[in-house]
Amino acid sequence: MYGALWRVLPGPWWVRLIIMLVLVAAVLYALFTWVFPLVQDIFATPDVTIEE
Amino acid sequence: MDEPTDAGEPQTTALGFEALGLGPGPDDESARGSGSAVSEPEASTAAAPSTAAQGTTKGGASAKKAKPRPRVTVLGVIGELLLTAGVVVMLFLVWQLWLNDIWTRGEQNEAAADLAEQWAPGVTASATPGPTDVDYGDPVIMDQPGDAEPFGVLYVPRFGADYKQTIAGGTSAARVLNTIGLGHYNDTQMPGQAGNFALAGHRQTHGAPLNQIASLQVGDAIVVQTKDGWYTYRFRTLEYVTPTTVSVLNPIPQADTVETTDSLITLTSCNPLFSTAERIIAYGVFESWQPSSVEALPPALTELEQ
Repeated sequence: MYGALWRVLPGPWWVRLIIMLVLVAAVLYALFTWVFPLVQDIFATPDVTIEE
Repeated sequence: MDEPTDAGEPQTTALGFEALGLGPGPDDESARGSGSAVSEPEASTAAAPSTAAQGTTKGGASAKKAKPRPRVTVLGVIGELLLTAGVVVMLFLVWQLWLNDIWTRGEQNEAAADLAEQWAPGVTASATPGPTDVDYGDPVIMDQPGDAEPFGVLYVPRFGADYKQTIAGGTSAARVLNTIGLGHYNDTQMPGQAGNFALAGHRQTHGAPLNQIASLQVGDAIVVQTKDGWYTYRFRTLEYVTPTTVSVLNPIPQADTVETTDSLITLTSCNPLFSTAERIIAYGVFESWQPSSVEALPPALTELEQ
């Protein structure tokens, strides 16, 4: 999968590396901004209050 | 695909596709040339159909120019997806327990600083303490706040000189604790009022306003600022209870007596770290109050620096 992606990318190896890093950064941004907050809100928020 | 394409391939295969037994089919050997440092992989059954097609190009003179077939197999994709999922789960923990805590804490600290600036312009920046031993009379008791309405800022020098945390009405996780910071238990008393001013906050995640609650030492200042002024409490003791021990929120904690003249602050959070099995409770006793009109910090906030 990632190997195929690497072969599909154009240019010499360093151009591909830069493209790959940009892709990884984009994925991380999406995870940090949208996915993780959503996951945390849905089922990973610790309950801290005192209640019956 | 041209030559540089092939030059990059030994790197990708070294990442472990072959070690997983999900390696390339025999067709790659021709694309890479027989001098390749990569050993001949064991015949992959998944690539078997391509082997047949291989026979036509391998015999031809154009074997070297043959377009390499994508080495994508079902098992390979599943394996890579599983590896990716593992990395993402670990990333989530790093984000939740560390990165997002730092970012959220910064935002919450700024929000609290804005509120403080609004209620007492320039006072926090100047950092000049007000006079000690001045009796400003009975503290102003504010009304119960609305849901998620920010009405106070908590200062605890033991948590750091810059520690400021907004307090809002109610203890809703979504509206208050996960976003604003500290929540005031509905219907517990207000700052300075006889009884118990009870707050909840995360010990980890979402900015973790009460992360260092266990580091409090007897006599530490716990100061609440509202639009009316500054309410100074002194930390007295910690307690560890089950999550349903609501009696810690009573006017006199753990007692049924309603009538009291003492004014307390109660901070509740999770215990132990990385768990919600218990609650850690910090009690403080009201010491003094200083109205906003004094335009100075309460002396208790500057004593650690001196």
